[in-house]
Amino acid sequence: MENEKINELEVDLFLDAIFRRWGYDFRNYARASLNRRVAQRLTITGLKRISEMIPLVLHDTDFFESFLTDMSVTVTEMFRDPWVFKKIRETVIPKLRTYSRINIWHAGCANGAEVFSMAILLQEEGLLDRCQIYATDYNNKSLSSAKKGIFPISSMKAYTNNYIEAGGKYSLADYYRTGYDSACMMKALRDRITFANHNLMNDGVFAEMNLVMCRNVMIYFDRNLQNRSLKLISDSLVPRGFLVLGTQESLSYSDCNHEYESFEPKERIYRRLAHV
Amino acid sequence: MYDLIVIGVSAGGMQALSTLLPALPNDYTIPVAIVQHIGTNNNDYLPSYYSRICQLPVSWAIPAMPIAEGHIYFAPPGYHLLVANDSTFNLTVDDWVNYSRPSIDVLFDSAADVFQEKLVGVILTGASSDGSKGLRNIKNHNGMTLVQDPDKAEVETMPRAAIEIVGVDKTYSLKEIKLFLNGFVI
Repeated sequence: MENEKINELEVDLFLDAIFRRWGYDFRNYARASLNRRVAQRLTITGLKRISEMIPLVLHDTDFFESFLTDMSVTVTEMFRDPWVFKKIRETVIPKLRTYSRINIWHAGCANGAEVFSMAILLQEEGLLDRCQIYATDYNNKSLSSAKKGIFPISSMKAYTNNYIEAGGKYSLADYYRTGYDSACMMKALRDRITFANHNLMNDGVFAEMNLVMCRNVMIYFDRNLQNRSLKLISDSLVPRGFLVLGTQESLSYSDCNHEYESFEPKERIYRRLAHV
Repeated sequence: MYDLIVIGVSAGGMQALSTLLPALPNDYTIPVAIVQHIGTNNNDYLPSYYSRICQLPVSWAIPAMPIAEGHIYFAPPGYHLLVANDSTFNLTVDDWVNYSRPSIDVLFDSAADVFQEKLVGVILTGASSDGSKGLRNIKNHNGMTLVQDPDKAEVETMPRAAIEIVGVDKTYSLKEIKLFLNGFVI
């Protein structure tokens, strides 16, 4: 057996151990990005072989939680892809405005940068009071950090540029208070967001949504897991509800493509058909 | 003979790639995956520009989709591009590497693991040192490594860094790289 094959086998065993010990199933994750994260964790431990991390993941809760964080943290920013937020403001918001109650779900919210961007946008459009925003992630560490709404002050310059490009009406600084080296999002925004643990891999529908934001989550999944989680999202959306994917993600090759129309193709905004 | 070509290029890249890519004939079978450092933006400039001048189809790499023969793929801005062992592309929004996302090292490392001696890695003009470690990894897996002659590159930093870290004993002109990609011995 050549080395690369043995490596693959070690990763398989490591993932099996995680699944059987903790119930988290990463076996349907896109393999190259997963391998890279496993290799990075291996480097941090100072161990030589992936299989040497199996005892750690079985017996050491802290080690497992670190790995969970490796797997769920993405490096994103507020108003990432500002043109997408601009388009949501211009074309999706007018449709949402017709509802008296609006449910919005950020699936895979990581550090919360995106969900706070959405809350700001909704506030500026006068819709925030009518909205219930759910932000979910399978990593409790991410959730508790997102819940605080604290971002490094050093990021705010880039976020401010994005905010302006996204069609922001006032000043991003209106929405946070600065501390020593951090920016804390206003309580009025935080209060509108419900942070909850939810795992797209095996949890179910928990509310009927008018808009689902699920950007740059599918890229980490293989085709099977993509289809499974997209089905869950579809089942959560009301007829004519919206789904926003990452700018390099698409429904074109998925099982549920026929349930949607492409509402804003370039921004990857889809709208569920009235009858499917 | 080779299953994949990976190219890393930064400053000065438009000109270099405009020499190499249009020379690949329309019956070319080896797929090509490229990381070209550009700013994040909302246009399809790279694929649409190269589509116009190339005989082969050009597009962004699509996550979880199989790598097709004779297709030129670019890493989309803001994402790392990786190759998985089921011959599909993966994209991530993981942390920046060498101040870059996409990073050449990330593509080269993953491709080296999967394609080993069936891989060609090319480092062209650029003002960063991204790609050097990845190219060394390709060499360690017995893949073919080509570095543009820094004296002839528009910006010499990136090829020079690659020479130093990889320890290549020979560099190539764009013309020689073009010949090699077209199946000639150089």
